[in-house]
Formats: sequence, C-alpha cells, structure tokens
Amino acid sequence: MTPSALPHRAGVGFKPMHFADILADAAPIGFVEVHAENYMGAGGPPHAQLAALRERYALSLHGVGLSIGSMRPLDGAHLRRLKELCARYAPESFSEHLAWSSHGEVYYNDLLPLPYTEETLARVVEHVDAVQAALGREMLLENPAAYVGFAESTIPETEFLRAVAARTGCGLLLDVNNVFVAARNHAADPVAYLAAFPLERVKEIHLGGHDETVDETGAPLLIDAHGAPVADPVWTLYGHVLARAGARPTLIEWDNDVPPWPVLRAEAERADRMLTSERRSPDERSDTRGADPHLAALERATSPVAA
Amino acid sequence: MFAPLQARFATALLDPGAPVPEGVVSHTGAPPVRRFAVYRNNVVVSLIEALRARFPAVERIVGPEFFAAMARLYAAAHPPASPVMMWFGEALPEFLACFPPARELPYLPDVARLEAAHTRAYHAADAAPVDPARFAALGEAAGAARVALHPSAAILRSAHPIVTIWAMNTGATPLAPIADWRGEDALVMRPALDVEVRALPPGGAAFLEGLAAGAPLAAAIEAGLHETAEFDVSRNLAGLIGAGLAVDLLIDATTGTP
Repeated sequence: MTPSALPHRAGVGFKPMHFADILADAAPIGFVEVHAENYMGAGGPPHAQLAALRERYALSLHGVGLSIGSMRPLDGAHLRRLKELCARYAPESFSEHLAWSSHGEVYYNDLLPLPYTEETLARVVEHVDAVQAALGREMLLENPAAYVGFAESTIPETEFLRAVAARTGCGLLLDVNNVFVAARNHAADPVAYLAAFPLERVKEIHLGGHDETVDETGAPLLIDAHGAPVADPVWTLYGHVLARAGARPTLIEWDNDVPPWPVLRAEAERADRMLTSERRSPDERSDTRGADPHLAALERATSPVAA
Repeated sequence: MFAPLQARFATALLDPGAPVPEGVVSHTGAPPVRRFAVYRNNVVVSLIEALRARFPAVERIVGPEFFAAMARLYAAAHPPASPVMMWFGEALPEFLACFPPARELPYLPDVARLEAAHTRAYHAADAAPVDPARFAALGEAAGAARVALHPSAAILRSAHPIVTIWAMNTGATPLAPIADWRGEDALVMRPALDVEVRALPPGGAAFLEGLAAGAPLAAAIEAGLHETAEFDVSRNLAGLIGAGLAVDLLIDATTGTP
C-alpha cells in the first residue's frame, strides 16, 4: 500500500485563476491540492493545467464526493474514477472526509454529518478498507466541521477517528479550522479535542477561513465557508498542534471569494514560517509542552466559548 | 440505527418545508433549526451556483433573480446523480422548454443546449487534428473516405439565431437588436484548449451530421446538397480541414486505397 508522502511544507488549494501566477512564481510552494471531482472529465484545460502543475509540484488529491459516511454501499463507478485519476497523476496523497454526501440516487454536494456509534464506526471502517484496497494506497480521513449533533452518538469524534485509523491503517487529515469551528458549535474545548486527537496519525493539516453567526438561541454558529483568511485563533491552535506534533504538510484552503495569488501565497508563507521554526527546534518541543505560549493565547481567544 | 435518519436527513435537505429530522440535536437543547438550515442552504446554494457557472448566457437573458428561482426548482426536480458536478444541468434545456414562466423566450432552451454542449466540449478528450496534407493525398479516394470528427465536436440545429444570441449574452459581441432573425445551426468544438462556437453555413449541419454518423465524405456532401442548394462544397470542406475538426481519415479497404 503506497503511503501518503507530502513534503512537510505549506501548500495551497489550486484555483485555475492562479495557474499562471503559480507557474511564474520564483519560490515554489510546497505542494498543490486539487478536488478530485474537478478532474473527472476526459481532457481539456483542467487536465492540461494539472499535468503542468504535477511536473513541478507534489500533488495532494482531495476527494469531496465519495460519501464514506453513508450507510449505503460506496459508489463503485466513483471509486473507479478515483483509481484512474490516481493512476494518471500518481499523487503523493489521497484524502477524503468523515462525512456523507450522497443518498440513493442523489448527490447533495455538501459534507454531511453522521453520528458516532459502533454501527457507523463499522460502516466507515468497511468503506475506508474498500477505498484503500481499490486504490492500493493509504488514504487520509479528515475530521469534519459539524453544525449539529446526534442524540444517538456514543463515541467522541477523536476516539472514532482513532479507531478508524487503528482498524484500517489509514492516516488522518487534521483540519484545524474544522476543530475550531466544531468546538465553538458544540460549546467544546478545541485544546481538549486536540489533546485527545491521535496526532501521530496526522499526515496533513488543513487551514482555512470560516464565517461567524449565531443560532436562534444566540449561541455561536461558525460556518466552514473557506471564503476568508485563516482566523487568528485558528493560527494559534495550529501553532499548538505543531508544538505537540512537529512539522506536518499544511494546506491553505480558500474556495470562495478567492483572492489574488499574493494574498493566498502570503497565507501559505505564514504557515511555512511556522513550519520552518518548528523544524529548527525538534529537541525543544517536548520541553516546551508545559508552557506552550500558543495555549495561553488560545485561551484568551476562545474565552467566549465558556460563556 | 442511522440508516433511517440518514434517509430523513437527506430528504429534508431539498424540502424547505420539512422539519429538522428527529435525533438531530444541538448542545443548546433547542431544536437546531438554524443549524440544520446551514446544510440545507449549502446544498441549494451550491447547486444554484453550479448552474450559474454552466449557463451564464441563460442567466444574462433572464436576469439573476429569475435564474436563481428557476435553478432552485430545477435542483429540486433534477438533483445531481453523481459527485462529478461538471455534468450537473444536463436536463436544463428540456426543463426550460417545459417551464411556463419562460414561455415567452422560445429560444432559451436552445441557448441552454448550446451552453451544455460548451461544457461537454471543454471537458472532452483531447485529440490532434489530421494533417491537411493527408486530405490532399487522398486524391480520387477522397469520396470514399470516412472522417472521424474531434471528440469535442457537437452540432446543434436551432430555429433561432442561437449563436448570435449566445455571443451577445456572454460578452463576446455587443448586445444589439437582431434585425435578421433566422435559425442558426451551431458547431461547438475544442480543437486545442479553447472552446469555439460558430454558426455553420447552409447545409453544414447536415454535412457534419453525416460524417459524425460514419457516412463517407461523398455521401455527407450529398446530404448537405440534399438539404439546401446553397450548400457550398469547397467552403464546407475548407471548414472541416481548417478548423481542426477532423482527427482521423479512414479508407474502406474494399473500395479505397490507403
């Protein structure tokens, strides 16, 4: 099984409007990530661009439509399309979501939540096994940003992900923005979530922007909209993850209201600087855990959660 | 058992009148109406946006408010069947043809057909055009040759000037009254990386449809002439060769020479 192997640097989610800028940039970014479903046509500009990027950059193929959290069987035709795409571009990594997006004959084009129970765990394990067997490679499973919970849930999300990784051998994609969004939405503590997260399984990190609103009770409702810069508390949380886990391949996601290339690039550079300083001081990491400066800042940033 | 709740959750996404499915909760204890609405909104808005991206000329013609309302109804009636969203909206031309509020725009379904074909051409397989010298080398065998058209090529016939209307509503040409309102047949293709849309000359659609169906060149020319006496053989052959539309020449072994 081919392991996931992105460079421990910052990459960006590729948008066609940035194609010329990325190729012209003197200092190459760490890697590019694309949504697999956008490259499932036969030819044309999407493949011409991806082939040109692939020549210069490590590639992360990120699926958004496999519906791993569906209780129904996986879509065999979609799995075959993913296999063809992996064969065509030999990406360094393939990842998907702990979510569902299809039901019956309908694809809903969103990442929908599932309860965490022994029943859903068995189903997700079965699906991850099937994906890894079909693709002949390790996949990474991403933690979701949920807006609702389920009365039937019995397993904490971190334990659920730990169990899926242990039973299938899959890696994990830790979306730090999703951690923050979900913690706020469920009045939970993102630092406690990360303390319970199996960081040793994390082979990629996602950072992105979110929107903030409130529900009908006035409680915070954060939306994983990917249409803004990474928020300050999410950067702080990211620093905390690096301090505990060391440098990991890190992606900036910006899918809506996409900014000009220099703005997106600056976000990636900020992540790269944090990764570089982390790489420089691997021995100090364990010593600084007790007095993580990121934590104090985060507690200040997230204090309204307790309200 | 999650399966029944998953089914109710799915159904409620495209039904704005459905209540939040039982078992979906929030830490506040209140029914998570606005929280569930985030999913509902994500689904509906993303489907409307997908149609807006694929049918910009239709949107320009009807206006953004009409388009969004129409797209919402279309998405509920014909939701995507596959995660490959580039193909979402294949049935929009037929939907528009039967959509009473658009009855006063009889050309609208054909503009949608053209835009749907544009997306198919954009994502079609790549293929290199035949070297024009191979046409010249055919000599007397030319009439028996079969021409493989580019995989991106689509021919659309319309009783309306759809190429002119489409070009005006994508910004390719300025908006202006159309004095000479007559049907146009469109050729949509992508010889290299750019999709091209052009109005075919008289009989051109019959000629290309013949080739696409596998007819020999002579028979395809017959089809063009049969459709209209205005069919110009040399103009249509020049269009075929010069546009990069032919990607292979096949000579029948029993009647032609290689």
